[in-house]
Amino acid sequence: MSNKIDVKNIAADYESMVKPDKVHTSLYSNPEIFEEELDKIFNNTWVWVGHESEVPEVGSYKTAMIGRHSVIVSRDRKRNIHVLLNRCRHRAATVCEGKKGKTKSFMCPYHGWGYSLDGALRAIPKPEEYEGVFDKSELPLISLRFETYQGLIFATFKEDIQPLEEFLGGAKKWIDLFVKQSGGFPLKVLGDHRFRFPGNWKIQLENTTDAYHFPIVHKSFVSSVDEQTADIFDFLDGEGHVEDLGNGHSVMVMIPELVDLEHDLEAPIPERFQDLADELAAEGHSDLEVRRMVRAVGGSGFNLNLFPNVACSMAFFRVLAPVSVNETEIHHVALGGEGAPAAFNQMRLRLHEHFQGPMGFGTPDDAEAWERVQKGSQAGNEEWILLNRGQNHLTTSPDGNVSGAVCSETGMRAAYQQWKKMMIA
Amino acid sequence: MTDLSLLNQVTAFINTEADMLDFQEYNEWLGLWSDTGVYVVPVDPKETDFANTLNYAYDKAEMRRLRVNRLLSGEAVSTQTTDKTVRGLSRFRILEDSDSHVTVRCAMYLSECRHGNLKSYPADVTYKLARTGNDFQIEEKVVRLQNADAYLSSIGYIL
Repeated sequence: MSNKIDVKNIAADYESMVKPDKVHTSLYSNPEIFEEELDKIFNNTWVWVGHESEVPEVGSYKTAMIGRHSVIVSRDRKRNIHVLLNRCRHRAATVCEGKKGKTKSFMCPYHGWGYSLDGALRAIPKPEEYEGVFDKSELPLISLRFETYQGLIFATFKEDIQPLEEFLGGAKKWIDLFVKQSGGFPLKVLGDHRFRFPGNWKIQLENTTDAYHFPIVHKSFVSSVDEQTADIFDFLDGEGHVEDLGNGHSVMVMIPELVDLEHDLEAPIPERFQDLADELAAEGHSDLEVRRMVRAVGGSGFNLNLFPNVACSMAFFRVLAPVSVNETEIHHVALGGEGAPAAFNQMRLRLHEHFQGPMGFGTPDDAEAWERVQKGSQAGNEEWILLNRGQNHLTTSPDGNVSGAVCSETGMRAAYQQWKKMMIA
Repeated sequence: MTDLSLLNQVTAFINTEADMLDFQEYNEWLGLWSDTGVYVVPVDPKETDFANTLNYAYDKAEMRRLRVNRLLSGEAVSTQTTDKTVRGLSRFRILEDSDSHVTVRCAMYLSECRHGNLKSYPADVTYKLARTGNDFQIEEKVVRLQNADAYLSSIGYIL
């Protein structure tokens, strides 16, 4: 066979493994490729580590992963944000084991080295033995370069990387639209669902730009909602599209009428949100405020896939962390409004619980499909993963981007071309 | 001193509930609930304000009915691959006892077998049971998984 891949000596022929319309099956399961991905992709680009609302106050922190690197996102006494490597400068123990919380400092449990919220080394027990060896100012927690856009915090190990906004490029417009879903209040993280599945991280990356699976995999979810909502989710034959936004990013518009949540505020209140509208009105909110919240409460009508590890997915952030070549951790981050009425945020939480997470009506079925992909992809030696759906019906979007049908694999092709570019570089 | 008669009554009720869930008698399970009952699996085991925080499940009557429909419909592929759950409940302790309600806390050890892999989910479970004559109805059931705050895998059944 002329297109045989030498999977044992992969070091490798990425050009031949990623075609415009298919990728080689070993991309899901070859441990050498995985190790190289950590280095060439996760160590080499902007990786999402959090949202500013997760570190709201002086002393707030959260931990996150960049590939295998544990990092701390903290807010110092001057309210500045830092992204710090979670590793004591002495003997490398982690200095923070919490998921999130508030602290005054980070203390290494091994020998008691203490670091302030900005990473500066402040305290060393019995310092006299270091006299003339080093000065504390030389050994702060290692600080990573980070930049934010609309409150989304991205960090990088690559010092000379292009500015974040340049990297996001065509995706910025969609982030601007996505953050409108907090109903006139600042966007706020309300919590997250965390789960793992036995499969490669790219299977999840693909899924956020895969509308094709929705009516099949999520039949039981659609059966659980009212007729009006089921019609909204019946989007495969609608006017949606998938657009390649460059740098591996893509947007999949499933529900075009919910792209801009500040438009059409005069539209009738959907039946399923009538009780919420009545409750908000009874609390004294104006008709405009109520309409803005009700229109926003269900989230945006699109999934924005940002390469490599985060998606702005309808009503939540989907974050992926590669654990090993065949294990991936997913966080589904619930969003609401800071200072928004309790009824609004409660509805956001209940909608999130309905679909997302390990006990949701949607996620477990997704995870089942992904697990089966990983398992099935082990069969055969020279098989390929097809990405050619919709490739003969491409158009140019108003923004000048390659665009395909809502259930095309345009977004996956975009992600894999970026993958190839980074792996070859 | 522990009221052993009451302890026996609530233990029998809760064990029956567990058996119904392990043997997927979900419609019968719905009948154990009061109309105002809430089934909660919180993300943070220390949380008490379930309505205003994120849970794995926060089911009032309608969501319980929908959850059962989903599990029994055959439409959800993830529910087809868990062969069976086996749970045991023990360490029953009555926390509160009034004319109208009994609150009971116990330990649950649940194992599932999915795709041939055995996995366990230990949890503290608290029941608030409404007294109804000689029997009970569940007013609140809170399942605090031991690893709730870390990461889980798909759960295609009712805890």
